[in-house]
Amino acid sequence: MQATRLRICAAFVLLLIGRTAMPGVLPEDRADILYHLYEGGGVRIEGPSLLVRKQVGKSLSFAANYYVDMVSSASIDVITTASPYTEKRTQKSLGMDYLRGNTTMSATYTTSVENDFDAETYSLSISQDMFGDLTTLTLSYALGEDVVRRVDDPLFAEDNTRQHYGIGVTQILTRNLIMALNIETITDEGFLNNPYRSVRYLDSGSPVGYSFEPELYPHTRTTNAVGIRAKYFLPYRAALEAQYRWFTDTWGINANTLSIAYIHPWRDFTFTGKYRYHDQNGAHFFRDLFPRSEATNFRGRDKELSPLTSQTLKFAASYEFMRDGWNFLERGTVNFSFDFLMIDYHEFRNIATGAPLGDEPLYSLDANVFQLFVSFWY
Amino acid sequence: MNKSHIYRVVLTLLLISGLTACGSIEPWVKPYERDRLADPIMFLDPDPVSSAYIYHVYEAREGARGGEGTAGGGCGCN
Repeated sequence: MQATRLRICAAFVLLLIGRTAMPGVLPEDRADILYHLYEGGGVRIEGPSLLVRKQVGKSLSFAANYYVDMVSSASIDVITTASPYTEKRTQKSLGMDYLRGNTTMSATYTTSVENDFDAETYSLSISQDMFGDLTTLTLSYALGEDVVRRVDDPLFAEDNTRQHYGIGVTQILTRNLIMALNIETITDEGFLNNPYRSVRYLDSGSPVGYSFEPELYPHTRTTNAVGIRAKYFLPYRAALEAQYRWFTDTWGINANTLSIAYIHPWRDFTFTGKYRYHDQNGAHFFRDLFPRSEATNFRGRDKELSPLTSQTLKFAASYEFMRDGWNFLERGTVNFSFDFLMIDYHEFRNIATGAPLGDEPLYSLDANVFQLFVSFWY
Repeated sequence: MNKSHIYRVVLTLLLISGLTACGSIEPWVKPYERDRLADPIMFLDPDPVSSAYIYHVYEAREGARGGEGTAGGGCGCN
């Protein structure tokens, strides 16, 4: 966990193992072998993700996922208050879908282990297709149990319980247009801050003018998100997709996220270009610099809780092969995806520059995210 | 159960009952008119292994979570 907190959680699993919105059918039998690489802000995270899904009989489909993050971090948090580190996180998931008539019931169990953080997640969802399969309604629930530890203190162990409630509606509107609405509420209760991270406060006794003390978060958080997306089939066989997400939480963060994507097939290739824009204000207990030690009841200097603007440019290409099948395989694709992520923090300052107190520049981060994966249908 | 929980449950029940009451609606896009929607370029989530990963990156790098995936979605990251 340490300073990156790039870990996978309940809803990632819902997304990964959960069914896609195809009316009255089980998800396709397929296997995906993915290599992912995130590099930016002094952090490098890479690893594989293997996902296999297989139908058994006419009503059951099983899915299994194995995912690894290998982290090497010298992020801004780490270089200013700690030492660079490496760690590994391994996640395993098992899921099942049961189709009965127009109803699909899904259950997933996930376990995630790293040297200072364990997580277990149980999730359930039910989907109902209606109105001649024009509409799919999905209700989902997930329960996550986390144990947070410290590598330098074997006696430190704190719990966190997370509950996720979701309602999703996918709607065919015309023969060229499909839309989806998702409403999600997630509640956390327990130890929510990073046990390693510190906040800084003005300290006239320090040569640099400030000192650090551990951050302290509220023990509860509830977030609400409403997302809507639409995908339109263009007259010349291409697709346009737009998405908007409104977000608010009990920590005072409000966010708006917009994206637009264009998908263009050409021969055996499919190309995708996407632009995504995200803007948020900060948590009410976030400060880059507190006026004194223990100045407020809750204190945080996590840059993700700062007001920030994030923009992403994406390019992806997919090549389909074995269109006529081979042996037991029906077809396959080779896929490459590159996301360029640019984040500007509006209050979090870069104290690693060594600039005098008050003159530190605002921090910004660029990250390259690569994915290379092969998919087989059988 | 607090007020917001009751509100959510009532909203869900109203939504389900409202949709059920409309069970006799004729599908205005017939099955034989859905060829374009069945094209893989129109899938809302054609590659779950990839989209789940990138949404996870967003959720780790930003303060917001949830609402961006297909049915389901979201993230419990702290």
